[in-house]
Amino acid sequence: MTSSTPLPSSPDPPISAALPASAPPPQQVRPSLAELFIAFATVSLSGFGGVLAWSRRMMVEERQWLTPEQFNETYALCAFIPGGNILNFSVILGARFRGALGSLAAAAGLMGPPLLLVMIIAAIYGHYGDLPALRHMLTGVASAAAGLMLATVAKMARPLFRSGSVSGPLIALAIFVSIGILQWPLPLVLAVIVPASIAVAWVRL
Amino acid sequence: MNGGGGTLLKLAGYFALLSLFAIGGGNSAVPEMHRFAVDVEHWLTGQQFADSFALAQLTPGPNIIIVTLIGYHVAGVVGALVTTLAMCGPPGVFAFFVGGASERFKGAVWHVTLSRALVPVTIGLTAASATVVATTAGYGWMGLAITLGTALTAYYVRVHPLWAFAVAALLGLSGLM
Repeated sequence: MTSSTPLPSSPDPPISAALPASAPPPQQVRPSLAELFIAFATVSLSGFGGVLAWSRRMMVEERQWLTPEQFNETYALCAFIPGGNILNFSVILGARFRGALGSLAAAAGLMGPPLLLVMIIAAIYGHYGDLPALRHMLTGVASAAAGLMLATVAKMARPLFRSGSVSGPLIALAIFVSIGILQWPLPLVLAVIVPASIAVAWVRL
Repeated sequence: MNGGGGTLLKLAGYFALLSLFAIGGGNSAVPEMHRFAVDVEHWLTGQQFADSFALAQLTPGPNIIIVTLIGYHVAGVVGALVTTLAMCGPPGVFAFFVGGASERFKGAVWHVTLSRALVPVTIGLTAASATVVATTAGYGWMGLAITLGTALTAYYVRVHPLWAFAVAALLGLSGLM
């Protein structure tokens, strides 16, 4: 995430001098339902392997619907809510600008195009899925995706292990073993470990 | 495909429940989906599950789209729609109300606590997902090499996922010969 420079392209001094200090930044525009739908559809269709980077570019840099700080705060909030982070992001942002209809427009923009696309892909796979060449290519892709996830894990784990916390790495390890190796049911594991993790974080505060 | 109202209800109920346990994004729920769809219900083989995961990665948009593929496989277009709605609906409603309330709670103590508590959970879940995907059918020494190679490269350099997938697809293909 970059610093707090609001608008990289705008010549700052004259504009800020013309505005009163407390004037709302240009981000306070209210996009219409159609604009919400189109923005999230565009983000969705340009995002391969996760849409975070694209959504930031669109919302902060291109449309300027959010300041960098607003984007970070909103996105951090989305990580607490179950479900796809970017889906939650679209719902919250849509609601902020246009209420419940805004949420629906943004979420429909995000999910609609890939939904249609993936069903076409599924139909094609239904016909050619048994071809050894396709099979081997898909195995290669799945292997690479697993590798990308491992890299993400390593990057996320680095500050956790450096923090000197013992409980954090232990909780991560317990989740990994019970879900990844023993393949226990997710709701069961989370029902035990999440309250424990919250209790530990609360005590250490 | 084995459509029917019973199957659709089961798809809707299971994914609506699962959606509320997907902490830290759609990929966190991949091991649980694998357990249920492959081991418990036998909706898909391990190979078909791994293929669906790969296809979802190749489709632009949120990774959660893997549930659409599972639903399609089980009960066609209706199954795909039901499953996607079930996976997106409950968290969407939750996000709608929390998002409205969050302005009042900004910087609250529980916010910091929850964040600290959930980071290790997300790390564990993502590591589990990578393991489950990597150990499904069709995975040999070539798959292992691709996984480790991609992990090391992506850790040290910024890699666009499409490049990684393109190289991996070619390597996978070459493993055929």
